[in-house]
Amino acid sequence: MADKPRDVLFSPLFDSNPIALLSLGICSALAVTTKLETTVTMCWAVIFVLCCSNMAVSVIRNYIPANIRIIVQMTIIASLVIIVDQFLRAYAFDISKQLSVFVGLIITNCIIMGRAEAFASQNGPGLSFLDGLGNALGYSVILLVVGILRELFGSGSLFGVPMFALAAEGGWYAPNGLMLLPPSAFFIIGLFIWVLRTWKPKQVEKE
Amino acid sequence: MANDSVGRTFGVALGVCLVCSVLVSAAAVSLRPTQAVNKTLDKKRNILMAAGLLKSGEIASGERIDELYRNINTRVVDLATGEYVDGVDPIEYDQRRAAKDPAQSEVVPDDVDIANVKRRALHASVYLVSQKGKIKKVILPVHGLGLWSTLYGFVALDARDLNTIRGLVYYEHAETPGLGGEVDNPSWKALWDGKKAFDESGAVRIEVIRGKVVQGRPETQYQVDGLSGATITSRGVRDMLRYWLGAESFGPYLAKLKERGVS
Repeated sequence: MADKPRDVLFSPLFDSNPIALLSLGICSALAVTTKLETTVTMCWAVIFVLCCSNMAVSVIRNYIPANIRIIVQMTIIASLVIIVDQFLRAYAFDISKQLSVFVGLIITNCIIMGRAEAFASQNGPGLSFLDGLGNALGYSVILLVVGILRELFGSGSLFGVPMFALAAEGGWYAPNGLMLLPPSAFFIIGLFIWVLRTWKPKQVEKE
Repeated sequence: MANDSVGRTFGVALGVCLVCSVLVSAAAVSLRPTQAVNKTLDKKRNILMAAGLLKSGEIASGERIDELYRNINTRVVDLATGEYVDGVDPIEYDQRRAAKDPAQSEVVPDDVDIANVKRRALHASVYLVSQKGKIKKVILPVHGLGLWSTLYGFVALDARDLNTIRGLVYYEHAETPGLGGEVDNPSWKALWDGKKAFDESGAVRIEVIRGKVVQGRPETQYQVDGLSGATITSRGVRDMLRYWLGAESFGPYLAKLKERGVS
């Protein structure tokens, strides 16, 4: 196991990416990545929740009775998510309207629960914070890649700024409607995993 | 292990709950005023967009929205009779809250409830848009079920014939981003301008079809492109317009307006 702070922070980016290697948290990766604006907001929300929940669980890890530990973790995670949701509604109203239920669904994002259970309940707050940050960034890397590809080819823009002249407005680019549908995120994540495993053959499961 | 004793378990559970509930309620209470301001501004912005006074996507400050909003006269209508209601402050009246209050609302019978409204307020807010002292548009609130959520929005009718649609905007929904969520797409919203809501017989004809509308046919004037990948949301949009513009709801009011002129 990687226990050096550096490894804890950086290995979830590519070596043990929560989406690519562990296939966790895919649901939201499909839902919020049609536009970069919502994607980036979602990334920040997950970074905040994952860092804080990992720290909080880690701080009280020695006091949590084993038989209610999952409930305690859920309570902490749910509270953090509600707080994030309230902040978004107050200060980023338009984006929070588009993200709608998906901010709330961070509660059920397996990455957060998984890291609380697998890492934070056994390691100190500092390391847990780094682990949370690393995993959230790993999640964000994939979301951003998917978000960039989907908005660019699905709407011909990035952050709402037109990149390609659309055929509908007299340009040359006919947007690919499939990119706006959830399956396209599956395809992109699949391709991403393929590329990643070609680059790092160690991640390929043995038959 | 001492950690697993009953007392310890209760203690930790209680402690975690206390700390979490304090944090959550602190966030909720302290942010509520900002959120309420956002909500009101957003509603006004959407009424202004339906009115065509604000371009969609245009970023406007709170003051500018309040200034533009002076062109809009809010009235409260009794849906059953179609008459304006006096004695209700139109600015304070909250149709959505009224719809939840048994004393101010009624159950919509199943056989007419095509938009899945379930309960409806007895009184509805309407917004009259004036330009240079003349009423140009009448804006009616609509809502109904889409795929995941109830969509809340406004439809603007031209005051000259009370038939030509001048805009349709939604200010609240939780449809899938990129699919049903495209009801917010400016280019889709632009399709509504100029469509006719009623045919010669006075029946609601407006519909959202599957795929693209073929231009130049007699029915083109009643049809709007469907949202691709969002059949159920598109159907919801059609049904809620049919319900709210129909005889069961704003019908009597629109008939009264036609009879005595828009005022």
